[in-house]
Amino acid sequence: MITLGFVYVLAGLTFAAFALLGLRDRSNPKRFGNAAFWGLLSVSMLAGDRLGDFGNGLLVLALVAIAGTDQIGRAPGGDVPAEIQAERAARHGPFLLLVALIIPAIALAGTFLFKWLPGLADPKQATLISLALGVLIALAVGMTRLKPPPLLPLQQGRRLLDAVGWAAILPQMLASLGAVFALAGVGEVVGDLIGTTIPEGSLFGATLAFGLGMALFTMVMGNAFAAFPVMLAAVGMPLLIKQYGGDPAVVAAIGMLAGFCGTLMTPMAANFNLVPAALLELRNPYGVIKAQVGTALPLLAVNIVFIWLFAF
Amino acid sequence: MLVLIGILIIIAGFLLRFNPLLVIMASALATGLAAGLDIAAIVAAFGKAFNDTRYVSIVWIVLPVIGLLEAYGLQQHARTLIGRMKGATLGRLLTSYLLLRQAMAAVGLTSVAGHPQTVRPLVAPMAEAAAEAKNDALTDDQREEVKAFSAATDNVGLFFGEDIFLAIGSILLMKGVLEGYGYVIEPLHFSLWAIPTAIAAFLIHGFRLRRLERRMAQKDVAQETGA
Repeated sequence: MITLGFVYVLAGLTFAAFALLGLRDRSNPKRFGNAAFWGLLSVSMLAGDRLGDFGNGLLVLALVAIAGTDQIGRAPGGDVPAEIQAERAARHGPFLLLVALIIPAIALAGTFLFKWLPGLADPKQATLISLALGVLIALAVGMTRLKPPPLLPLQQGRRLLDAVGWAAILPQMLASLGAVFALAGVGEVVGDLIGTTIPEGSLFGATLAFGLGMALFTMVMGNAFAAFPVMLAAVGMPLLIKQYGGDPAVVAAIGMLAGFCGTLMTPMAANFNLVPAALLELRNPYGVIKAQVGTALPLLAVNIVFIWLFAF
Repeated sequence: MLVLIGILIIIAGFLLRFNPLLVIMASALATGLAAGLDIAAIVAAFGKAFNDTRYVSIVWIVLPVIGLLEAYGLQQHARTLIGRMKGATLGRLLTSYLLLRQAMAAVGLTSVAGHPQTVRPLVAPMAEAAAEAKNDALTDDQREEVKAFSAATDNVGLFFGEDIFLAIGSILLMKGVLEGYGYVIEPLHFSLWAIPTAIAAFLIHGFRLRRLERRMAQKDVAQETGA
């Protein structure tokens, strides 16, 4: 049976290749830093389960030390010239699009297939496993027809990852910080603070505090999952559900979505907000957040009104 | 109260634009120490969480495919394609993607599309080409805004579609937490109550995409008064 372990091995080998290719790239003044960073990430993917908790912690400290002392950079240039790209696009265009769509198509088909035929792959991880299979199939199809130099996909992939840089592991780092916050009981303290700010006897005030609290706390933590149990315990359960008799399904479901509005507005949700800015090579690292605030704020107001209308 | 120091470090660190990885590590250490943990325990807790969340970083395995396709001109082809479609305006293109992303997420297909898989190689270049079709003098600022909105549209579509799906993590979390308080609720109820917000998100973001299209068609950006 295919498990997530297979995907980790694939990712580990990919990062190892990026590290080796980066090491050989003499045009990059920071090649040693890059190689060490992707190399450590490769070790984490390949052997993380054998390092132990403290060993993994040391690995993280090393990653932070490399990034924090500015040892990661990208080599200038390396783009295929625009004319060559245009000429190749005219020749291979529809085929390229087809290969690009293989990844989502296999991810889609695999998700259903693996749930339908249990035993082939871990059904809980069906989409991630299918995504990895999609990558391998797309790569095989593309290589067969285009016949590029054998290392070209890895070289170009490495250039793209170097452009993203240390931000590539930011989401994983923030998720880990959330675990430390949980261990230290940060959520309970914030919940108590917000609980004390609500005016007595005001149903709308309580609803407002719940919705705003979900969004704000989500912005601090970077995801609504961490905010939900805290805000429910502080405001949702004692006031909205118990005191005012609100429908728990509405309070929970729309409260969670109020939290998602917060996700749109925070750099802490790095994989949604900062990583795409790096990936699209935006000059403003907060450009994606800037584009989202205008949707998030009115939608947050709508969510608060929805809870007030539908729950009571 | 002292454990909130980690949150202050995060906010200050991001505002002062220190390297976020350093800020996160400092926040984790300060929070752990404030809660009375020793350094070794904090490092181990962080390491365990880092190892448990590796799946977050495996999305980068798509980069070799994207790199290969881009070297052969995928972005150019995506632009040409939009250039050929007469009705494909910036607003319509991104609104269609929004709807598609919401619909896919609503049936549980969240990892099918995304920033590395679809936004960078396809959606962003298509959006740029659609904007160029109406305005041949797109400025760098306008180009940047079109790209930022392409990513934003992916996020809005994902967030306000996924909660309609029964077996998504957030629904299981809500069910679990409420059960802890003695309320047993079918996942379907949470799903249904996600629909009004999904519609509102589509209307609000769709409206903003129409305004974006109009703004990008203006050649004189000096008159632009912000979003």
